Amino acid sequence: MSGLKIKVISRNPEDYLRATKKDIHKIQRNYDPTLHPLEAPREYVRALNAVKLERVFAKPFLGSLDGHSDGVSSLAKHPQRLAVLASGAFDGEIRLWDLASRKCTRNFVAHEGWVRSICFTPDGETFSSVGDDKTIKTWKSEVHDVEDEEPINTLLSMSVVSGISHHRNKPIFATCGENCQLWENTRNEPVKVFKWGVDSLHHVAFNQVETNLLASCASDRSIILYDCRETGPLRKVVLELRSNALAWNPMEAFMFTVANEDYNLYTFDVRKLKQPVNIHLDHTSAVVDLDYAPTGREFVAGSYDKTVRIFETLKGHSRDVYHTKRMQRLTCVKWSLDNKYILSGSDEMNIRMWKARASEKLGVLKPRERTALNYADALKEKFASHPQIKRIARHRHVPKHILNAQKELRTIREKAKRKDANRRVHSKPGAVPHVPERQKHVVKEDE
Amino acid sequence: MKVKSEEIKKLRYFEKTKEKNSKLIKNTDEVEEYHVKLKPHSKWTKKKLEIKDSKPQKVIVKKKNSGKSPISLKNLEKHSRGDGISGKGVKHPLYAAKLQKKELKYRFAQNQAARADILLTENAGYLEVDEDHRTTCITQKEIVKNVDITAATKTFNLNLDFGPYRAKYSKNGRHLLLGSKKGHLAAFDWVTKKLHCEINVMESIHDVSWLHVETMIAAAQKEWLYIYDNTGMELHCMKKMDKILRMEFLPYHFLLAAVNEYGFMSWLDISIGEIAGHYNNHLGRTSVMTHNPYNATICLGNSQGVVSMWSPTVKKPLAKILCHKTPLSAIAVDQKGTYMATTGVDKSLKIWDIRNMDGPLQHYRLRSSAVDLDFSQKDMLAVGLGEVVEIYSDTCTKTADKPYLRHKMAKSICNFKFCPYEDVLGIGNSGGFTSILVPGSGEPNFDAYESNPYQNKAQRKEAEVKALLEKIPADLIALDPFEVVKVDVPTLQDKLEAKTELPHVRRKKIDVKAKRKNKGLTNIARKKIIKDKARKDQIMESIKTRATSNETKDGQKPSKSFGVLDRFVSKPKPNK
Repeated sequence: MSGLKIKVISRNPEDYLRATKKDIHKIQRNYDPTLHPLEAPREYVRALNAVKLERVFAKPFLGSLDGHSDGVSSLAKHPQRLAVLASGAFDGEIRLWDLASRKCTRNFVAHEGWVRSICFTPDGETFSSVGDDKTIKTWKSEVHDVEDEEPINTLLSMSVVSGISHHRNKPIFATCGENCQLWENTRNEPVKVFKWGVDSLHHVAFNQVETNLLASCASDRSIILYDCRETGPLRKVVLELRSNALAWNPMEAFMFTVANEDYNLYTFDVRKLKQPVNIHLDHTSAVVDLDYAPTGREFVAGSYDKTVRIFETLKGHSRDVYHTKRMQRLTCVKWSLDNKYILSGSDEMNIRMWKARASEKLGVLKPRERTALNYADALKEKFASHPQIKRIARHRHVPKHILNAQKELRTIREKAKRKDANRRVHSKPGAVPHVPERQKHVVKEDE
Repeated sequence: MKVKSEEIKKLRYFEKTKEKNSKLIKNTDEVEEYHVKLKPHSKWTKKKLEIKDSKPQKVIVKKKNSGKSPISLKNLEKHSRGDGISGKGVKHPLYAAKLQKKELKYRFAQNQAARADILLTENAGYLEVDEDHRTTCITQKEIVKNVDITAATKTFNLNLDFGPYRAKYSKNGRHLLLGSKKGHLAAFDWVTKKLHCEINVMESIHDVSWLHVETMIAAAQKEWLYIYDNTGMELHCMKKMDKILRMEFLPYHFLLAAVNEYGFMSWLDISIGEIAGHYNNHLGRTSVMTHNPYNATICLGNSQGVVSMWSPTVKKPLAKILCHKTPLSAIAVDQKGTYMATTGVDKSLKIWDIRNMDGPLQHYRLRSSAVDLDFSQKDMLAVGLGEVVEIYSDTCTKTADKPYLRHKMAKSICNFKFCPYEDVLGIGNSGGFTSILVPGSGEPNFDAYESNPYQNKAQRKEAEVKALLEKIPADLIALDPFEVVKVDVPTLQDKLEAKTELPHVRRKKIDVKAKRKNKGLTNIARKKIIKDKARKDQIMESIKTRATSNETKDGQKPSKSFGVLDRFVSKPKPNK
C-alpha cells in the first residue's frame, strides 16, 4: 500500500540503562497526571509518614556542660562568636565554655554570693558581671597572660545590684537593684538613676533595635519602661503577679515578652500597654526566664516546673516542650544566635544544650536530602489540620507531675469559667460582662 | 457609580494579583511584540521615551528572544489541578493574601510541569494511510513489514495446548503472565522472551494477576487463591478466598480485589496478608469485573445490566448505573477514570461518563456480543468479538464509524490487555497467546519513579520499599479520590453537638431531622384549601339547588293565584 506510514514505540535500551556499573541510574520523568493517579491520598499518606518520622527523629537533647559546683544562676551569649558562652553560678563562680567542644575554657570565682547576671559588651572583648556583693566587675573574654585573669574594672554600687544589660553600641550599661542605674564604662558613679516606687527591681534589658529604650521588672509586680535619654522613667504596667524576666523582640522593636510568676508569658506592645498582645499558656509553674530567637518569630522559656518550652510569638500555646529526668528547676535559658540551639541552665549545676527544632538534622545536608525535607515540610503544612496528622504532630510525652499539674490547671480554669457563666446566667443581663482573657491580667498602667 | 464602587470593594485584596494574573495569561497565550526604533542615545530621546511611556498604546520596545517561551494551552490544561480558589469570601485579608500566594505557587508548578514536557524523549506511535484508504484493513503482516526489527519481534504467537488462556501484563509492561483453564501457569519477560517459570497447578485457573512486583503471582484456582513466586514456588494458599472468578490488583493500596462464585467480594491486603474487606454483593454470580485506576474502586457488572462500584470498607455499592437491559459481558474504564465502556449481550457498546455518572455518551451496535473490552493508555478501545479483535480510537468523544484496526484470529478470544508503555495488545485465546502491534496505543514516555520497564533488581527493591511506605489505607477508597484534600464542612448537627460540649452555652433546640414536606404545603394552607373546597362545594350546591328550584318553578307554574288561599293548593312531589 502506498502512503503507509507506521511508527510504533521502539525504545533503544541504551538510552534508558546506565553505561557502566559506576554510573548513576538514568531516571526518566513524565509529569503527566494520568501516570500519577491517586495524587491526593498518596500525598496524605506521605504527610502522615513525614509527621511520624518527625516525631521519631525528635531527639532535641544534645549534651550537657558539666562543671559548676552549684546551681547555674545566669548565662550570657557572646555577641559575635557562636561557640562562646559565659555562665555564672550561685557560689559566685563564672565559667566560660567552648560550645563546639563542650568544654570549659576558663573558670574563676568572681563574686561572693550569687552571680546575679552577666552581659557581654557589643564587641565581645569584655563582659561584666554583677553579684550579691554589690560589685560590678568587668572581665576580659580572652586570656593571654596572668594579668588578664583579674577584672579590668570593678565598680562598687551603693545598693544591691541584681541585673545588668549593655547598650547596643554606646559604652553604656544599665543595672538594676533598688533602682535602675545607668553607668558609663569610664565612670565610677552611675550617670543616671531612675526611681519609681520603693520596691526593688530584679531584671533589666536594653532594647537592641530601639537602642535607647530599656525595660525592667520590679518586685511590685510592675514592668517599667525607661528611655536612657530622659531623666525619669516612661511608663509602668502592673500585672497581677510579679514578672521574672523580660526579653525584647529582636526584629520588632516595639514588642517585648515577660515571664510571669502566674505560669504565663505575656507579650506586650510598647505602644499599647493596657492589654497584652498575646498570652502564652502551657507552663505549669512560675516561668523564670525567657529568650527570643534571633528571627523574632519564636522564644524559649524556662520554668520552675522543670521544663523548657518553645513558643511562637503569635500563638498562645507552646510549640514544643523539652525535659529530662535529671533536669531540675530552670534558672536561665538562651537561644543561640544562629537560631539552631537552645541553652538552659538549671538548679542542678548543669548547662544543657538542645536543638531549637527537635527533629532537625544537624550538619550539612545533601541536596537530595534537603529537597526531601522541604517536600516533607510542605506536606506537613498542607495536611496540618487533618485530625490524624494534627494529633501526631501535637503529641508530646511529658512527665507525670506536669501531666497532673496540667489537669489540675484545666479543672481550675474550667471551674472559673463555669462560675463566671453561672453568675452571668443568674444576674441581670449586662451586670456580669464577658471580660476577654487578655484584659484580665493587667491591673493598671501608669505614666 | 454604585456598581463601580462595589467592584472596587470586591477587588480590594486582589487588585495586585489580578494584574499579575493578566500578565501571566498574556505570557502564556501570545508573545506581545513591540517594535521600536531606538535612536542613538541622547538625553533628549530618553526623555521622550519616558514621556511616551505614560501612553501605553504608543510604547514600543523591541523584544527579541527575550523572556520565557510561551507554553501551549493544551499542555497547561493537561497539568492543571483545577481552577483554584478565587479568594472571595475569605474574611481576613492576611489569609486571603496567603491563599493567593499559594495559588501563585500552584500555577508556577503547573507551568513548570508543562514546560518539562519538552524534555520527553519518545514520540507516540501512529499509523497513517492515504486519504482514500482506511487503516482498518491493514494487517499485522503489513505493519510488521514496515517497522524496525525490535518492534517486529513484539508480534508473536504462542501455540499452547491447554485450553483458553488468560493473560496479564505487569504494571511496567515488561512481564507477562499466562494462566490456562487447564492449569498451565507461565510467567515470562515477554520482551526478551525469557521464561521465569512454568508450572502445571493441576487445577483449573480462573484468573491470574501480578502482585506489586514481578516476583509474585496470584492465581485463582478451582478452590482457593494461591500466591506463587517467580520460580513457581507456592508462597501462600489463601483459603479465605475461595472459588474466585475474577481478580484485580490495586497497586497503590496493595490490595488484591476478587469476586467469587457466590458473589462474595474480598480485598486482600497483600503487604500484611489480611483481608481488608469481605462481604457479599448480592448480585449473584458475575465474572464481569474491572477496576477504575482513577479512584481504585471496583466496577462489577451483573446479569441485570447494572454496573456497580465498590470499595472495601463500604458494604453497599458506592454508585450504580443501569447500562444495558441485558446481562453485561464486559466493562472497561480508561486511565483517567473519565469514561467507561460497557457491552451487553444485546450486542451494543455504550460509553459512559463515570465521573458525572452520565451517559451514554456513545452508543454503538456491534456485530456480535463482545467477549472483552480494554482501554489503552492513549484511550484506544479494544473490543473482542468472538474471533476478531477490533480496536477503535477516539470512541469516547466522537462517534467512530470504522475500527482503527481489525485483527482476525482462528481461535476464540478469552481476554486481552494492552501492554503498558508499548504499542502492543496481548490476546489470550483458546490456542495460546497472541501479541499484536497497535501503533499509537501506548504511552511512549514512562515515569521511572512510577513504573520503569528497564529497572534492575536493586531499583525494583527500592521501589518496592518506597511503594510500601506510601501504601494508601483501604478506607481512603472513595468515588472522589480528592475528597481527602477537600474542606470538611461540618453539618448543622455536628456544630450543635460541638456546642453542647462547651460548658455553659445553652443550646438552642433545633430539630436537625429534615422535615417531610407534605406536598409542599403547610398545615394552614392545607386547611385553607379544605375550607375553600368546602365553601366552593356549598356554593355549587346552592347554585344547583337554586337552579333546580327555578326549574321547578319554571316547569310547574301555578296556573292561578288564589291569594291567601294558595296554601291549600297541593304541593308537587319533588323530582328524583
